[in-house]
Amino acid sequence: MRFERREHRSLALVIATPVLAILCALALAGLLIAIAGAPVMEAYWRILVGAFGSRLSATETLTRASPLILTGLAAAVAFRARLWNIGAEGQFYLGAIAVAAASSHLFGGLPSPLQIPLLLVVGAAAGIVLLLVPLWLRLRFSVDEVVTTLLLNFVAVLFVSMLIDGPLKDPMGFGWPQSQPVADAAVLPKLFARSRLHVGLMIALVLAVAVHLVQSRTVFGMQSRAAGLNPAGAVFAGVPLGRTLVTVACVSGGLAGLAGAIEVMGVQGYVTTDLSPGYGYSGIVVAMLANLHPLGVVLAALFTAVMFVGADGMSRSMGIPSYIADVTVALSLISMLTGVFFTQYRIRR
Amino acid sequence: MNAVIDIFASAGLWAAVLRIATPLILGTLGALLCERSGVLNLGIEGIMTFGAMIGWLTVYNGADLWTGILVAGLSGGIFGLLHAGLTVTLGLSQHVSGLGVTLFASSFSYYVFRLLVPVAGTPPTIEPFQPIDVPVLSSLPFLGPALFTQTPPTYAAILLALALGYVLFRTPLGLAIRMTGENPHAAEAQGINPMAVRYGSVVVGSALMGIGGAFLTLSAFNSFFPTMVQGRGWICIALVVFASWRPGRALVGALLFALFDGFQLRLQTRLSGVVPYQIFLMIPYLLSIAALALMARRARVPQALMQPYRRGER
Repeated sequence: MRFERREHRSLALVIATPVLAILCALALAGLLIAIAGAPVMEAYWRILVGAFGSRLSATETLTRASPLILTGLAAAVAFRARLWNIGAEGQFYLGAIAVAAASSHLFGGLPSPLQIPLLLVVGAAAGIVLLLVPLWLRLRFSVDEVVTTLLLNFVAVLFVSMLIDGPLKDPMGFGWPQSQPVADAAVLPKLFARSRLHVGLMIALVLAVAVHLVQSRTVFGMQSRAAGLNPAGAVFAGVPLGRTLVTVACVSGGLAGLAGAIEVMGVQGYVTTDLSPGYGYSGIVVAMLANLHPLGVVLAALFTAVMFVGADGMSRSMGIPSYIADVTVALSLISMLTGVFFTQYRIRR
Repeated sequence: MNAVIDIFASAGLWAAVLRIATPLILGTLGALLCERSGVLNLGIEGIMTFGAMIGWLTVYNGADLWTGILVAGLSGGIFGLLHAGLTVTLGLSQHVSGLGVTLFASSFSYYVFRLLVPVAGTPPTIEPFQPIDVPVLSSLPFLGPALFTQTPPTYAAILLALALGYVLFRTPLGLAIRMTGENPHAAEAQGINPMAVRYGSVVVGSALMGIGGAFLTLSAFNSFFPTMVQGRGWICIALVVFASWRPGRALVGALLFALFDGFQLRLQTRLSGVVPYQIFLMIPYLLSIAALALMARRARVPQALMQPYRRGER
């Protein structure tokens, strides 16, 4: 048995892959639910109900999807250029704490139309700074950025923990380590009354389209893809590799920082060290499920959000640990990787 | 300054260093073995988490401690098989496959743990490994309590580092592994099956990672809680680079690292209230990054690391 590269990939196959991968992951997770002694179909039904069953749960799912779209885009943009940014989690937290600090100490008095855009820029900038460090280490000392971005995630969370237990601690927080809240004028407007869904979703959707256009229609998009496909060839063709990677890092880190910013300004209002249930890491899965396509990221983020929100509800009523959502998401990443392989290769005897 | 001297003069520090180093030694050796054959295994963080969980769970359910270690090793090997399937047979991106294995193994650990161990205010505990007395050596003044009051897995980990060094550099098997990591095509021309070598190295390496994780719950602590591995796996990956892919240096690197860690833990209690404790907790991660920056250029990377091998394809 050996693998043979396919001459061309049919579009139907490429589109079917993520669907098959998700079905495969759901089947495997179903096995785990069955082993736990619960009826599988009912569990899935409850996940669907938990994610879409009511107006509240549907808006909650979309609220969850918003930061996931941004961290998914962050990973997709970087991976396209083979910049292995696994640090979206840290960039998320740094963006979040920068926004909380800036709103409570610098721009708190500004009116919303001025303050909100300013804070979004601050959040993105914080994410960018955190990613530029490992990129610099890669370009200067040829240090693999996978490990450094991973390690910086821990540093970033500890840094946030230090700030919210020290200079940025909320004096009204009953002694809990949480940051001072953002100013009222910094709170993102809600999309619907009586829900947590905020305009961050719109920002994420607009950015997904923008990233798609930049990647498919601009010179920079072409250069970043070339840098990923064949760095040596790209340099030979005149692509400024270092500069392209720095720009890619700015987009990627900025998107991850922005995810933290909208989560603080739109949902929680202040920063704690459990602000993110692993949005940064899930973003990697989202990007891979989307096959690194910016518009696919939106759908993949939606799937991930459905799993997380739905599993919360299902876990309460059926006694299956809600970690089943994380397991399913991780399994869908592995099946997706395998699936993508078989769109490129076929088995020959 | 006196405080610093006090810390270094206490036998407790040196005993702690060996204890902190053990999971790092095991994890680093595991990652090193995988990378010597040409496969980067970023599944390490998840595999260590799963090893910690399953080792603990086995003992919690009545098996003895060594069975716990064995089960952790076997489960690590199974995850290694998954990683090898993805990266060796299919030749997928080793970065992304490894992260997939980590995400899967850690979430699966939490799922199994939550399912089988009811939520309680204080986590359930087991009776962990006890320090064993080495005849004569343990009764030496200072050196005895400093170096020879360890649990059996610690001594085993140190011996293992020496053994792996011997296998890699003094046996035909080691030559085959290193050759596959440098140039699988040349290895194949010599009648070595690069696929088999990579499978074997990744499975055995991952088993070591699983055992490294189990040390945390069976010797260093006595209970399991999510996120307890705390990036140790990633630190191991950094240590492999720091050690330039040599088991002996990996041992030294892990001990050096543990020395810093043990030192900062003690400094932390003395300086509590003056310096935020988070600063101290950041040190291991920053230290790893510094070590990478220092060594990355100088280290001799296995030339075929992260390159999938497909027969007849360049």
